[in-house]
Amino acid sequence: MAKTHQSARPNQLFRNLNSKIASIPMIFVALVIFLGGSVWTVIYSFTNSRLLPRATFVGFDQYERLWGSARWLISIQNLAIYGILSLIFSLVVGFVLAALMDQKIRFENVFRTIFLYPFALSFIVTGLVWQWILNPEFGIQHIVRSLGWETFEFNPVYDPDIVIYGILIAGLWQGTGLVMCLMLAGLRGIDEDIWKASRVDGIPMWRTYLFIVIPMMRPVFITTLVIIASGIVKLYDLVVAQTSGGPGNASEVPAKYVYDYMFQAQNLGQGFAASTMMLLTVAIIIVPWAYLEFGGRKRG
Amino acid sequence: MRIRAFAAVMAATVALPCFVQAADLEVTHWWTSGGEAAAVKELAGAFNATGNKWVDGAIAGSGGTARPIMISRITGGDPMGATQFNHGRQAEELVQSGLMRDLSDVAEKGKWKEVIKPANLLDSCTFEGKIYCAPINIHSWQWLWLSNAAFKTAGVAVPKDWNEFVAAAPALKKAGIQPLALGGQPWQANGLFDTLLISLGGKDLYEKVYKDKDAKVAAGPEMAKIFAAADKARELAKGSNVQDWNQATNMVLTGKAGGQVMGDWAQGEFSLAGKTAGTDYTCLPGLGINDVLTTNGDAIYFPLLKDEAKSEAQNVLAETIVDPKLQVAFNLKKGSVPIRGDIDMAAANDCMKKGIAIIAKGNTATSTDQLVSADTQKQKEDLMSEFFSSSISVKDAQARFVDIISSAD
Amino acid sequence: MANVSTFDTTSTVVTDAAVLATTPSRALEGPSGRKPKRRLSRRNIILYGTLGLAALYYLLPLYVMVVTSLKGMPEIRMGNVFSPPMEITFEPWVKAWAEACTGLNCDGLSRGFWNSVRILLPSVVVSIFIASVSGYSLANWRFKGSELFFSILIIGAFIPYQVMIYPIVIILREIGIYGTLTGLIIVHTIFGMPILTLLFRNYFTSLPEELFKAARIDGAGFWQIYGRIMLPMALPIFVVAMILQVTGIWNDFLFGVVFTRPDSYPMTVQLNNIVNSVQGVKEYNVNMAATLLTGAVPLIVYFVSGRLFVRGIAAGAVKG
Repeated sequence: MAKTHQSARPNQLFRNLNSKIASIPMIFVALVIFLGGSVWTVIYSFTNSRLLPRATFVGFDQYERLWGSARWLISIQNLAIYGILSLIFSLVVGFVLAALMDQKIRFENVFRTIFLYPFALSFIVTGLVWQWILNPEFGIQHIVRSLGWETFEFNPVYDPDIVIYGILIAGLWQGTGLVMCLMLAGLRGIDEDIWKASRVDGIPMWRTYLFIVIPMMRPVFITTLVIIASGIVKLYDLVVAQTSGGPGNASEVPAKYVYDYMFQAQNLGQGFAASTMMLLTVAIIIVPWAYLEFGGRKRG
Repeated sequence: MRIRAFAAVMAATVALPCFVQAADLEVTHWWTSGGEAAAVKELAGAFNATGNKWVDGAIAGSGGTARPIMISRITGGDPMGATQFNHGRQAEELVQSGLMRDLSDVAEKGKWKEVIKPANLLDSCTFEGKIYCAPINIHSWQWLWLSNAAFKTAGVAVPKDWNEFVAAAPALKKAGIQPLALGGQPWQANGLFDTLLISLGGKDLYEKVYKDKDAKVAAGPEMAKIFAAADKARELAKGSNVQDWNQATNMVLTGKAGGQVMGDWAQGEFSLAGKTAGTDYTCLPGLGINDVLTTNGDAIYFPLLKDEAKSEAQNVLAETIVDPKLQVAFNLKKGSVPIRGDIDMAAANDCMKKGIAIIAKGNTATSTDQLVSADTQKQKEDLMSEFFSSSISVKDAQARFVDIISSAD
Repeated sequence: MANVSTFDTTSTVVTDAAVLATTPSRALEGPSGRKPKRRLSRRNIILYGTLGLAALYYLLPLYVMVVTSLKGMPEIRMGNVFSPPMEITFEPWVKAWAEACTGLNCDGLSRGFWNSVRILLPSVVVSIFIASVSGYSLANWRFKGSELFFSILIIGAFIPYQVMIYPIVIILREIGIYGTLTGLIIVHTIFGMPILTLLFRNYFTSLPEELFKAARIDGAGFWQIYGRIMLPMALPIFVVAMILQVTGIWNDFLFGVVFTRPDSYPMTVQLNNIVNSVQGVKEYNVNMAATLLTGAVPLIVYFVSGRLFVRGIAAGAVKG
């Protein structure tokens, strides 16, 4: 560091110095915590650590066991169903609500709070409440049947085939409000002049949204996508509260496998192996995308 | 009034050394429900009466929630004064790593080896000949709780054992009553299976499978019978549609279900609802077939501390836990069985007395928590919860069970 | 408002069928033709009808929670979750706030309330400040390697944080701040960072570039541009960041207990103990009251900060 004064022209290291100083916390977190922590996790996934990390290496044993586990396979399948549907519905519902909110409506504050309030409640209770509402004996099925439709079947709490959709309903209820807020923030960041111009040109509103506004909101969409996706991957509390992964293992998810094996089974190695697989999958999807997204455009 | 209460507790604990240096001791535990909290209050009161101060660190939700916190605190170098764990092998590695305190001196002084019954409770506190925890209570799993009202509605006599229960099931079904209530959480299915194993198959079979981890026995015809019984139980439990164990107990309580296999903590639900054993409900230890109870329970562990005053306070707490008076007070509140056989539990109710009598006779077995690792236990839970909620065949289930046992530790 | 309605006919046609099926209030419109200034225009009916229906979906569970929290336990056991309470009782609320026991301490949620506030305020301020500055440098002051660090950070958002507990415990122990409030604030900052940084970076990127360039030509530096231009323009996204952090930190349970001691446990510890008691009777009414009480703080923040969402701040800044 001290030697950098030698050079006459502005040194590489001092370019954007303020920016670099401001980024020190970020760099620290990225390198030490996330990279360091992940490497640590990956290393210990090759050990037979139980309650405490222990460096006795056992090769790929933990991974063999992982992929031989019926529960893990079901977990992945559930996550795929939940993930894809949750992604689509969150984005669509969130955007439509935001667009409606952006029509200079009255009571905007009230509506926004109504859509957003579920986000303030913990997952534990979200799961509990939806478990009740969806419960066949005193929830929706009960109500519809008592209205006269005797054969009505809707049991997303105890029917293993549709239990994951029950969790989806609760998850969307909890999370779409935030997506709406993000989208709304994005819409509010768009210059009023764009709207004026499209009005002058007589472009219908839905076209303006679809072909002008949404492309302009691309960064916001990406943010939203990451928030939703990371929430999906980490899906845990909701499942625990609503179904405990049941009936049987019909609604198990990978994050639950990781926690259960780390802390209930006290088998850190197995838990780390599962989390390494999750991380690997995420990395395979994100790294190429991040390269295209962040590596391509230069600015500033 | 305070002083009087204080004096009363003091009188109760005169046996303890009162002249020690006082210290604050943080105790973490997951005893948070009504009866549990009342029991903790007894313990804390007795400990405070020694001049030390109990700092309460209650965290609800045993397995997934409380344990990582306790372990982080201990490994993070900022340990609490004492912490609850279940009997068994949960704290094994913390002891191995030298993070926990050796209580051998206290145990020697209190003659723990003689007074603590059954002996296997102390065994699971012992590592390389030294004692690392103070057992505080005993819970057992092998109980069938029956609703007298349900059987009356169905027009059959209240069963006296599991076989009669199975035979009475069609009558219950006909009367629109759920024969067997079973909650959806994995540990409940697992407990049901283990109870069937020891109660129908006997202690020998149980020990061969879980203690010796004999895969041949696990694959054998005797186990096949247990799986057949489990298959039957699965059929009877179909349609329970509840999650928590106490919701299932509630079904028995209200006569919506005929029976439930659940540990002796279910007792609390019945007494809380003001029901009387014998007239409102019936309890069958060992499913009425085999009077053997496994001895699960809780124990208090003490992390190694640098502060001398605190270490001394730890000793005092350990002594307090095993103290006969505290044992009576604590276990009556908790609804569990005391860890020593030499005390009077006259105030206990009928079901509890049955349990105490069986344990006093020595008809006990070591619990699965002590015999197999938490890892093996979790794998069993995964299998059993799948078995009881799906239609996987008995044969497949047994094959997977054999896999688990052969790699068990 | 007036000029919006000149071109909304097309959009209404698209959704007309759906609205016919879903909005009963449409009948109120009557046979008369469209009048732009009318409050009950077709556009408004569709708009408010859709919003109203959505609001119903979101409010239903709240209704269940409120109704349940006002019932006594015997009534809850009878089993219809939607029925209004026959006898309204506020006891569950009192119990949740002041009486529910956490082990020995029977003073309900009130016990941890101020601890939660003490944790919340610095954690929210520090994490949002650091993330907004990082996002700003990533958007406007790139340097070599900045995108690489950022990509790692984003992958970090996907790590289940329970997995990271042990490494972080070790790091904090080595620094010597394990068990302190500072340690907890750092942990919250760390785990809020990926999403927040992404949020700010992408928002700043989407702002008109000319703005930044003009300021540079005027000779403004890193911090001046941040304070005078970016900050005022980013109010809506600051609100989103605040929503995220206030909720996340206020509802956090795990870090609160792992990284502090009992005397500074946050309110969620009591909430967990009330809601999560494994052995014993579940008091659903108290659970619901406790949840609603715990949710009150984020809710107030949402409502109050919502004003900052007003359109025109950004547009005004561009013109100014």
